[in-house]
Amino acid sequence: MSFSWTRVGAIVRKELRDYRRNRFVIGTMAAFPVLFITLPTIQLIAANTTNKALTLRIGLSLLYMLVIPVMMPSVVCAYSVVGEREQGTLEPVLSTPIRREEFLIAKALAAFVPTLLIAYAVFGIFLAIAALFAHPVIVSTIYAGSHVLVQLLFTPLLAGWAIWVGIAVSTRSADVRVAQQLSVLGSLPPLVIVALMSLNVISESTALAIGLAAALLAFDLLAWRVVARLFDRERLVIGGRG
Amino acid sequence: MVPDGLAANGSRSDAALVVEHLTKRFGDRIAFDDVSFEVGYGEVFGFLGPNGAGKTTTVRALGTLIAPSSGSAIVAGIPLSEKNGSAIRSRISIMPESPGLYLRLTVTENLQCFAGLYELDDVRGRINRAVRAVNLEDRSRDLCGSLSKGLRQRVALARALLNDPAVLFLDEPTSGLDPVATREVHELIASLREQGVTIFLTTHRLEEAERLCDRVAILNTTLRLIGRPDELRAQLFRRSLDLRLRTPLDDPKAVLGAVPEVEGWEQTPSGYTLSVSDPDLAAPALARALVAANADILSIAESHHSLEDVYLELIDEDVEAKSR
Repeated sequence: MSFSWTRVGAIVRKELRDYRRNRFVIGTMAAFPVLFITLPTIQLIAANTTNKALTLRIGLSLLYMLVIPVMMPSVVCAYSVVGEREQGTLEPVLSTPIRREEFLIAKALAAFVPTLLIAYAVFGIFLAIAALFAHPVIVSTIYAGSHVLVQLLFTPLLAGWAIWVGIAVSTRSADVRVAQQLSVLGSLPPLVIVALMSLNVISESTALAIGLAAALLAFDLLAWRVVARLFDRERLVIGGRG
Repeated sequence: MVPDGLAANGSRSDAALVVEHLTKRFGDRIAFDDVSFEVGYGEVFGFLGPNGAGKTTTVRALGTLIAPSSGSAIVAGIPLSEKNGSAIRSRISIMPESPGLYLRLTVTENLQCFAGLYELDDVRGRINRAVRAVNLEDRSRDLCGSLSKGLRQRVALARALLNDPAVLFLDEPTSGLDPVATREVHELIASLREQGVTIFLTTHRLEEAERLCDRVAILNTTLRLIGRPDELRAQLFRRSLDLRLRTPLDDPKAVLGAVPEVEGWEQTPSGYTLSVSDPDLAAPALARALVAANADILSIAESHHSLEDVYLELIDEDVEAKSR
């Protein structure tokens, strides 16, 4: 039997319906954008254009935007397998013809799509507010250089990393809370590189951004392969005895 | 009632399940060992055993959720292997002990999800038929979280019927249900049996197996017995008569020992239990002998051994064997 997008779609639709009716997920998805758009916006609008630390302040504001694709999916994905196991819903799903790859891709897509939509929407709102209310010098600094490119490139890649880490932790955990803590911790390392660029510790350039994005893409693909190998149907069904 | 086409030994060539020497070990622990049996299409096959006997693990192995350590099986015509896992799972259904429903989704949404996982066509029609089969039409828009345990079990059964499975595995389907909900599930299984659905039913409720199953197997890590309930009774228990008298006989040896068909007897609080070669011949001869001896007869009846007696006899044997 070949890879089936119908089966992937069935899981994705189920996940999105489940998120919509889950107060915890809705709360998480709403809180992150509100939190991560308020602080940087205030910071920029109140910024003094003569301040030498302006670039640093802009970098910090943009870094906030990249926390969204890391934090949001890691919490959701940490629940994705161990949560289903705790609910008793995993065994019926694994008893259907669904293949391991289809299950994992479905779980990843169900977290990736809303994350990407929210993260890009927040960045768009941030750019719009900056254009409307911030000083022209600040606006030109934000729109110039590789800032926008970094945001566009790194948002899906960081989300991809956080998703695979979250699912990997979830497939090996026996407890949802432990999985969520480990997942958030494991999602952070790539953010350090982005932080160093945003804070001008590493001088930012288009070439560097593309190079780092390519490296992160390679890590994402490697993470997918590792997660696929970690996913052991027997272990998940019998609860780790095998 | 035994479905048409079953051979004398209860198996048939076009079997829905053929299991040969199947074994599963978890490290040093043996879940089930050297299990062999066949289940014919249209048959309701009961898989009995105490807790921890390996019933659920056997279902999981046949459902390709776990890999057997050794042995082989053919499930719905497909050899059991990891490679064939997806193909086998598309032809069977497993209803686990816990319904495992998405509680924030409605009954219909749960079924839609599984219809997608089986890549079924005519999803709406199939869902309607499955919901109708379990008498849940009026609750199909309700969230599963709002349903009682019995209703959730019915939804799980509807889910298991969606793909018209060649073999339907029901793992302890009435576990934890109250008597009313249990009766409803029994009626549903009985109606599936009428429709010719092949059912593999694991249970430790003996009256459930006796009522619903054509054949039963008793598992206690190894397969202890397999056959129709009446065959199992005949295998384990000698035929006997229960004799009830108003007062015990003064000299039972003189009265009972004189009847040629009586092979032995033991006294019970209400009379005697007699081992006989043929109850139909022994009962009239016994009645004549008792009348001649002026005994006050209350009743003479063939002893009835339930499946529970068979089961307990076997499990007791296992306990004794382990203690030796």
